[in-house]
Parts: sequence; C-alpha cells; structure tokens
Amino acid sequence: MCIFNIVKIEDLIEKLEEEFEEIEVGSIKPETEFTDFENWGSMHALIIIALIDMEYDVTLTGHDLKKMRTVQDLFGIINEQA
Amino acid sequence: MADFSVSGLQIAGISCSLPKQEISNFDYDLLEESEKKLLVKTIGVETRRVASLGTTTTDLAIDAAEKLFHKTNWKKESIDLIVVVTQSRDYYLPSVGPIVQNKLGLSKKCMAFDVGLGCSGYVYGLSIVASMLKGSNWKKAVLLAGDVSTISCSYNDKSTYPLFGDAGSATFIENTDSENKWIFNLNSDGSGEDAIKITHGCLRNLPREDSFIEKERAPGVTRADLHLALDGLEVFNFSITTIPKSIKQFLQNYKLDHEIIDVFVMHQANLLMNETIRKKLKFKTDQTLYSIKKYGNTSSASIPLTLCSNEGKIAKGDNMLLSGFGVGLSWGNAYIELGKKPTTIISDFD
Repeated sequence: MCIFNIVKIEDLIEKLEEEFEEIEVGSIKPETEFTDFENWGSMHALIIIALIDMEYDVTLTGHDLKKMRTVQDLFGIINEQA
Repeated sequence: MADFSVSGLQIAGISCSLPKQEISNFDYDLLEESEKKLLVKTIGVETRRVASLGTTTTDLAIDAAEKLFHKTNWKKESIDLIVVVTQSRDYYLPSVGPIVQNKLGLSKKCMAFDVGLGCSGYVYGLSIVASMLKGSNWKKAVLLAGDVSTISCSYNDKSTYPLFGDAGSATFIENTDSENKWIFNLNSDGSGEDAIKITHGCLRNLPREDSFIEKERAPGVTRADLHLALDGLEVFNFSITTIPKSIKQFLQNYKLDHEIIDVFVMHQANLLMNETIRKKLKFKTDQTLYSIKKYGNTSSASIPLTLCSNEGKIAKGDNMLLSGFGVGLSWGNAYIELGKKPTTIISDFD
C-alpha cells in the first residue's frame, strides 16, 4: 500500500482504538504496553496482524511480535518494513 | 503450473452429516469470559459438532452419501469412481476407499481410493474427480470429504480445542453434455509442514509411551505429541498473504471478473482470516458464505458444509469461486459453473 498512511503514530493509535472496541478512546499512548490490554493473548495478536496487513501492507512475523512491547515499538516495525 | 479446465460436469447433490452432540465454546472453562467473547468475535467459532468416541469420518460420510442416494435417486450400480478425502482414516491400512465402496454397496467395478488432505481437500477432490471423469467415458462419481478432528485436539490446548468440529460430506458429480466450465488451480508448499501437524503416530515417529503424555508447550497450550499442534501465527500469515495473491492471480489468468462470481466460499478456519482475505480481494459480504460460527473448522468438509448451510443463497446457473487452504501447506482454487442447482442435505448422524 502506501507509506503516507503511517506518517503519524496518532493514526496507528486511532486504528488500534477502533479495532479494540473494549478499549476507551484516548487511553492508548505510544508507551502503552500490549500486555496492558485486558487478557492480552494470541487472539489480540491476530487482530493486530490483520489490521497492520490491511492498513499498511506489512506482514508482522512471530519474531516481530516477540520483540514488540509497546505501541511505539509496533510503529517502529511498521516504518522499517513499509 | 497445476492448472486445468474442463467442461460438462454437473454437481447433482451435496450432503453433509454431522454428529448430534453440539459443544458451545461459551462452556469451555479454560477461557476467561472475555476470552470467550473475543474468540467468537475474531475466530468466529461459537458452537461445534463433536463425534462420540468410536464414530469415524467414514461413518459420517457414508451416512451423508446414503441420504443423497435416496434423495437423488442415483442408482448405486451406476457409480464408476469414489474418492475419499480425509486425514482421519478408520485404519492405518487398508485405505477407506474400498471399505466405503463395500459399505455403500457400490459395484466392485468401481475405482475407490483415498486422498490424505485436509483444508485444501475439497478443491483437490473436485479436481481429481473432474480430471478422471473427463479423461474417461465414466459417467458418475462420488466424492466423500471430511474429518473427525476433535479426537486429535487436547482439551488443555486453547490454540486448537475450541476451533475444530467434525463432519462428513458426500458430493455427487456427473459427466454431462452441459456447458458448465470448471477451472482449477492447485498448489503446495511443504516447507510449511510444521504449521499444522500431528508429530507422532506414523513412521517418522512411531507411537510410544511418551507420545501420550501431555506437556505444556506455552501458557494455555498443553498437549501430547499424538495431538494436533497448530502454529496459529504461521497459518494466519500464510493465509492472509499467499491466498489473496493466489486467488487474484487465478481470477486474472482466466479473466474471471468479480461481477461474474455469485458465490465465494473459502475453507472455514478463522473468521478474521477469511474476512481479511475477502476484503483484500474486494468481494462483497453477500457474495461470501460462512458456516464457521455454527460448525467451526470442519477440515475438508467445510466448503460443502458451507454450501449446504447456505442453500438459500445458491441458485441455478450460479458461478462459484471455491478456495481451500491450510495443512500441508496445500491450497487450491476452483471456479465452478453450477448449471442446475444441486440437491442439498444437512442431517444429524444418529
């Protein structure tokens, strides 16, 4: 897809908040850790993989998911690969 | 490239037989309430049919076929070919093809054999039947497809236990003078063999005492080596990257426009995965059929089961796009001009 989609981390945060309805809008920050999501687990990981693939045409690997702790980390991985 | 096309085949009927016992994932006590809700929302499986101990795939598929013989009035002596697609055979040997031929009372002059594929199995099965009917002057074939997968999943493995359901299916295919065009595209990538695997129990790792012992592999993933292991991430990434590309190429190669596809049916493995594929290919929701919520992942029976359970959305003259993908890794796409509307049956196995 297109790199212009990801110029701002705010866009990524907005998309994450849209995807996870149970998370209050405005509560995700760049430093938010994924394990802070309620019952964070493999299903959340799949949702994020699908979202990032659809929105940014970036395929996250198991290795990416292991090293990504915060939303900022995810933003970095997307930027590296986009 | 393993592509080919044939014309003049007709699906006379599709029948699915399901174990009576229905299990709800809301009753799976290894998941927290919020996890259960998330599972139903993302993976999409709410209930599943589970075979009782001792019920085999052939029991279900034979039941499906018997009911279809009755409803279509097909004569058993008219069958030239029977293909059984399954990964859960009755025995190590013999193959179930001849067993099914005998139990169904079909002619001894009928060709019967097994195909050991799962998620891609229905598309592969159709392609095998299509090429054999068209490479001969045979008139009628029976394709049986299905699995009893639940027996292979550990209750203590959250990554497999809530996903699978059991089902058997029978599809009757006839060589006719119709102009129905069928096109196939078949693919394989064994480098992904570990993505979905039962490691012990065959020649590579013969069953031994410790094959039965459950071990914790990750939090919430406790299983034995005789159980099914699923690398969800690997399968998910394969499915949302390779499959849309494969289908897109298939449609382009044969100039099959989205507009002419009436019905799009994918193997039912994971709702989020299938929806991602659908969106990437820009198929509409009303073109795309599902059965995963009610029946889970029923392996090679998932496409016929989806067709039968959406019978009202299928009409004569429809053009169908079928895509099966998964264990192997193996995947296949088929474009099927339906011609006459097939007889469909969904029934419980007693």
